[in-house]
Amino acid sequence: MIETILISGRTIDQGATLEEKTSQAYFDAAAYCELNEGNLEALGVSVDQNVKVATAHGTVVVPAKIDKRLPDDIVFIPMGPWANAIVDPDTCGCGMPGFKGIPAKVEATTEAVLSMKELMATYKE
Amino acid sequence: MPVIKDVVCTLCGCLCDDLEVTVENNKITKVGKACKLGRAKTMGPFLHERIEKPMIRKNGELEECSYDEAITKAAEILVAAKRPMSYGWCSTSCEAIEKAVLLAEETGSLIDSTANVCHGPSALAAQEKGAPTCSLGTPKNYADLIIFWGCNPVHAHPRHQTRYSTMAKGAFTPNGKKDKKMVVVDPRNTDTAKKADLLLQLKPGTDYVLIEALRAIVNGHEDVLPDEIAGLPKAKVLEFAEMCKAAKFGVLYFGMGITQTRGRYKSGDNVSSLISDLNQITKFVMIGMRGHYNVTGFGQVAAWETGFPMAIDFSRGYPYYNPGETGTNDVLMRREVDAFITGAADPGAHFPQESIKHLFKIPAIQVDGYANPTTEFSDVVIPAAIAGVECDGTAYRMDCQPIRLKKLVETTFKSDEEILTEIIAKVRELKGAEGAKGGA
Repeated sequence: MIETILISGRTIDQGATLEEKTSQAYFDAAAYCELNEGNLEALGVSVDQNVKVATAHGTVVVPAKIDKRLPDDIVFIPMGPWANAIVDPDTCGCGMPGFKGIPAKVEATTEAVLSMKELMATYKE
Repeated sequence: MPVIKDVVCTLCGCLCDDLEVTVENNKITKVGKACKLGRAKTMGPFLHERIEKPMIRKNGELEECSYDEAITKAAEILVAAKRPMSYGWCSTSCEAIEKAVLLAEETGSLIDSTANVCHGPSALAAQEKGAPTCSLGTPKNYADLIIFWGCNPVHAHPRHQTRYSTMAKGAFTPNGKKDKKMVVVDPRNTDTAKKADLLLQLKPGTDYVLIEALRAIVNGHEDVLPDEIAGLPKAKVLEFAEMCKAAKFGVLYFGMGITQTRGRYKSGDNVSSLISDLNQITKFVMIGMRGHYNVTGFGQVAAWETGFPMAIDFSRGYPYYNPGETGTNDVLMRREVDAFITGAADPGAHFPQESIKHLFKIPAIQVDGYANPTTEFSDVVIPAAIAGVECDGTAYRMDCQPIRLKKLVETTFKSDEEILTEIIAKVRELKGAEGAKGGA
């Protein structure tokens, strides 16, 4: 397990699949977590193996990807349903939730990644 | 083959207006000059699965119905609600946005744009401190220092650098990039940073600290600064400040790294102060990198209709504005609204988990061309034509320049503007009937 900071944000593939969010292409573009090489090694995880990312606001399972240029203390998930399962909803009184800079823990997992529809269904209370 | 020239791209806030679109038998077969985002958006209606028919949820399942039935149901939900909320309307035309504002007024609703999860804090910052800004054409022609702070145009605004900024050849920068310096401020070493002359890889959430340090240097107080600032060596921050001071014309483009991190609007507010300080020495401007192609238009239309750019509450019978209270995510997390209408936006994909939980509990209406996470909790789904492809209209570029969108192909789908106009008519009819009943 590593302790880290989660940043979510736009990527070109996420942007190019905005109008097809029920597709495999959107799933591939938005459901993953980028870590640097050292952190992947520390977790004993290879690219495309699943990791569980947990914050004070929830947990999400996504495949790991590599970004060699990421600092040791940052992981990145593209903006979208998977990142937003665990971002900080607090707006600090100014309207904007916290989509970046969220303390998070990442660990290897054998759990499966939820599809967009499965993930949304978890919000039915 | 008919090629339509000077087509306006309706994906990001760059609103590139030079696309060349080939149309054969009412079908778009080729999109020239666009980036990956623009091509996917413009070809979208012919590549992706559409919402083909209006739908109403019955016993948990969405069932097809007519436009009239869906519009009537939508109006009934909004009229019956005590605290309705309207959200989105940023990937559509200003003409549709005008109708969305009118519908909110008619129903005593809250109305907010996607700026709530984007540049909303930048609007607050501008209201606090002002925003020394200009059109994209000015820095294109004059700027010799380009700063991208908390934004990654290679991914989010792919043609920005060639059309308006780093690589663009301007009147005073005829050699493009050779005549300019480029600085990136980002905790990640992004693809945009690859070509930067200087990358300031600050610690996440320390943007305010770095802005404040730059202000101290620009104002001649570098002696008060510690050796490390925002995780960066002081020497690097001094180098950045010197580049700013030495520029003939500097432009600071900023994104979600400023608005979504610690400090929120206070960081944008401090950017504005930094720009003012730099203008005592040289010429400097700031421009927000807007995401949805017409989120800027929502701010314009809402401001001229209500006096406020977003997060407007009509429940008092007049427009009231206090974003930390009336912003979409705040009212959803307070479990305050009892009905929701959204169009030309996807809160299901882009809101935090706590807000979506409430959206599953209340009646929700979706107006959109494509199924997406919002469809999962929507009780009424109304398919819409894609503005800028299947219908025309007006949109505002990120620098507040209005640009006319073209209609490229014919469609049987109603436009957002038509759908909203019909919902307004139905709401008035229902309210009239209610009024008559109450009177009797």
